[in-house]
Amino acid sequence: MTDTTINDASVDTAQVVVSSRGYWATVARRVRRDPVTLFFGAVVLLIILSAVFAPLLAPADPYKASMILRLKPLGTEGHLLGTDETGRDMLSRLLYGGRLSLFMGIMPVLYALVIGGALGIIAGFVGGATNMAIMRTMDVFYAFPSVLLAIAISGALGAGIGNAVLSLTLVFIPPLARVAESVTTQVRKLDYVEAARASGAGSLTIIRVHVLANVLGSIFIYATSLISVSIILASGLSFLGLGVKPPEPEWGLMLNTLRQAIYVNPTIAALPGVAIFITSLSFNLLSDGLRSAMDVRI
Amino acid sequence: MTDTTATSTERPPVLLQVDDLKKHFPIFGGALNRQVGAVQAVDGVSFEVRRGETLGIVGESGCGKSTTAKLLMHLIEPDAGAISVGGEEVRRGRRGLREMRRRMQMVFQDSYASLNPRLTIEDTIAFGPKVHGVPVKVAKQRARDFLAKVGLDPNSFIRRYPHELSGGQRQRVNIARALALEPDIVILDEAVSALDKSVEAQVLNLLMDLKRDFDLTYLFISHDLNVVHYVSDRVLVMYLGKVVEVGPVEMLYTASQHPYTRALLSAMPAMDPDKRATEPPLAGDPPNPINPPPGCRFHTRCVHAEEVCKLKEPFLTRVAGEGHFSACHMAIEGSGHSQAPQRVAA
Amino acid sequence: MLAYIIRRILYVIPISLGVTIIAFALVHIAPGDPLNAVVGADAPAEVVEKLKRDYGFDQPLPFQYARWLGRALTGDLGNSVVNNQPVAASLAIAVPNTLMLAITATLIGFVLGACLGGLAGYFQGTWIDKIATGFGVTGVSVPHYWLGIVLVIIFAVEFNVLPAMGMGPGGSAGWEWNWTHLRHLVLPAITLSVIPCGIITRTVRATVAEILSQEFVQALHAKGLLHGRVMLHIIKNAAPTVLAVMGLQLGYLLGGSILVETVFNWPGTGYLLNDAIFRRDIPTLQGTILVLAMFFVVLNLAVDILQTAVDPRMRRS
Repeated sequence: MTDTTINDASVDTAQVVVSSRGYWATVARRVRRDPVTLFFGAVVLLIILSAVFAPLLAPADPYKASMILRLKPLGTEGHLLGTDETGRDMLSRLLYGGRLSLFMGIMPVLYALVIGGALGIIAGFVGGATNMAIMRTMDVFYAFPSVLLAIAISGALGAGIGNAVLSLTLVFIPPLARVAESVTTQVRKLDYVEAARASGAGSLTIIRVHVLANVLGSIFIYATSLISVSIILASGLSFLGLGVKPPEPEWGLMLNTLRQAIYVNPTIAALPGVAIFITSLSFNLLSDGLRSAMDVRI
Repeated sequence: MTDTTATSTERPPVLLQVDDLKKHFPIFGGALNRQVGAVQAVDGVSFEVRRGETLGIVGESGCGKSTTAKLLMHLIEPDAGAISVGGEEVRRGRRGLREMRRRMQMVFQDSYASLNPRLTIEDTIAFGPKVHGVPVKVAKQRARDFLAKVGLDPNSFIRRYPHELSGGQRQRVNIARALALEPDIVILDEAVSALDKSVEAQVLNLLMDLKRDFDLTYLFISHDLNVVHYVSDRVLVMYLGKVVEVGPVEMLYTASQHPYTRALLSAMPAMDPDKRATEPPLAGDPPNPINPPPGCRFHTRCVHAEEVCKLKEPFLTRVAGEGHFSACHMAIEGSGHSQAPQRVAA
Repeated sequence: MLAYIIRRILYVIPISLGVTIIAFALVHIAPGDPLNAVVGADAPAEVVEKLKRDYGFDQPLPFQYARWLGRALTGDLGNSVVNNQPVAASLAIAVPNTLMLAITATLIGFVLGACLGGLAGYFQGTWIDKIATGFGVTGVSVPHYWLGIVLVIIFAVEFNVLPAMGMGPGGSAGWEWNWTHLRHLVLPAITLSVIPCGIITRTVRATVAEILSQEFVQALHAKGLLHGRVMLHIIKNAAPTVLAVMGLQLGYLLGGSILVETVFNWPGTGYLLNDAIFRRDIPTLQGTILVLAMFFVVLNLAVDILQTAVDPRMRRS
């Protein structure tokens, strides 16, 4: 900054060759130079695509059981990843299972991003009593360890995908609201928000033009870091019998029903967990990479 | 102060009138987080600004200059007092507030923090006019026009982001942003203080040119007495949330009546040895504004302090020249201070 | 500081009230008549009537809440729908078992995490750092219920060196501090320790790296006075943060142990919860959640106060 101020008058009117670059362009350039983030980004994309196109990719019907083909090992003819305890094709079930597991892992974070983000931005922007009311309510939910809260709510509501998504959404609203509140409070105090207010703009306009763009990045990054946790928790609920009901294919539930097979075919029994692990790890590393790429003061 | 307005038939009309403005920030503490005190940031400030003049406001940091500016813009709400713009009182919640914010604009000290890093220069300048219902195309054209007016080539700057600009350039953008609303009054809150000296001079000259071209009225807030001397028609001196002296610039700089003003002036680096003031410079920091001293707030640092200064608060009183007021017992007739002018027997 | 501590303690009151409201609400968000959640559908009519009066289900909700809270405060958490035993009695057996598991896991996680994080921070940028950091990320990404199964497969099924289930021959009642029983603790404790281990690795690595980048440490480096004094300094600076993280992790493990306890049939609160969910035994569910959440609240308070006492700069709001 100081190097250009010395000859301000001459620089003021001179054509400057540095091309204009917005914030997101800088972030994208940083991500492109980070092979680890790129790799795990690709893995995440691959997992999502394979779940979306499961009907096209799956070699067999994921529901079709077979008494004679129970718990076949990896590499069995026609069943690349073997079969489960009722003889269903593991590869097909893992592909289809990704749909439910990803859905149950990502949806709560999305819902919580919208609700918690909005609550946090309102609390941070309005401040005062509104802030107190919202954030103290969030603190109460914070008084529960996240796993316990998810299990408590879906345990009381009963099994089901909707109940699991609802309980996880409630788990993720408070942390997202907290992050949104803290960044909004910081941004609100900046002079450019004051300047916008001094222009006569209303609160909604200020939030839309001046606050959102400067807080969404942080909230979004935090949300992506929650997806990893959410996938583990969602599958965990199914593992406890609280999420998806049989015979639907879902990684956590598959892990549960295959537990009886650990003495017969341990590799098959561990497979659904491998899927959860790879997915969760990839989301985690992708979000780490994005976080450091977006942590720029340009 | 009312008697000055009475004699003003041929002077321009009062554009901004401030009466008894107060803002105390509560301090919370203790186990139950109860209010344990208040910072008396602005405590009964009154002044007026006439169309076309520049009123300089000076004082040490923490004296309430910037709080006063934010109160004027209604960025924070005053606890008491009235602000009238062009003869109309402005209160929160009235439709007048928005119009007031168009007529009165502000340039902040931190040129970087006062620009949204995610908006291009064009969007930043056009934002205000758009808020006031100017069509997008017109607002964008206005952004180009005003960029040119502040000495930046619209073609090379319009698409750029704040971080690509130097401090001086950014402050020019901030000025353009304020002017784009075509205000009558511009509050310049330490607007040039953060700039390098050479850049500061350029921006000051630009401000003077703009004032002439757009028929503006300035409220120039600064801690730099040299700069205030250069730009102001009248100067107001604040100490711990109170006005201690106000008067025409030359009168105040050559014949200041308040010991605080004299101390400030003596601390000012002067080029001319003859002009060096006789007052010893200020020692120590201003007292804590949470519990300001009783009586005259300056008595703890004043070399002329006497018993009366600790007991009785001095009010702004007209002194020697036209429009020159000072809040010091030494200027108040019959105040009880040994150096006060004696009351003439009736 | 004292004012802060008192304020922090007083703040526990509204939070605890909120926690009890949520726990109370659990019965009412359960589908169907709340009474079904308390007695089960096949109870005789006179029992249903008596319970209805006892619980005051015919009265307005705030009234019911006050009544329930009053009972809970005296230690009466209601009776299990399944065996009609007091929930408090089941918890008295289950809570110590969970604590034993969670504390052991936290300690393992702390020792491993501190070592890995210290190495990673000290050798920042080298392959040691990469391995340790990778281990940390793995720790927070691994579904621990799956890790439990994998460990069972390896150590109980394949090599048959450690038991897969339970707390030993006599269950929790016959627990003794000897190898026969401790063998049962090994796998669940290791499984549960991966999460705190990963988080502590990250925390310690960041703290160590930050301290090493400070100027005075580099000055010590230049003087060749590094190891002893810098080590001491690192420990002194890292301790408050790491202890706080550890305290909170212990709290999370109280909740997180439910999945691991299910995998290993460990007779703690998680197992109790799982059983209650399976049998739709809402009073047991409610009581267990309430007790665990209150544990967490008190733990949070203790961590905050300790942290303030050690380092007044680090006040969490």
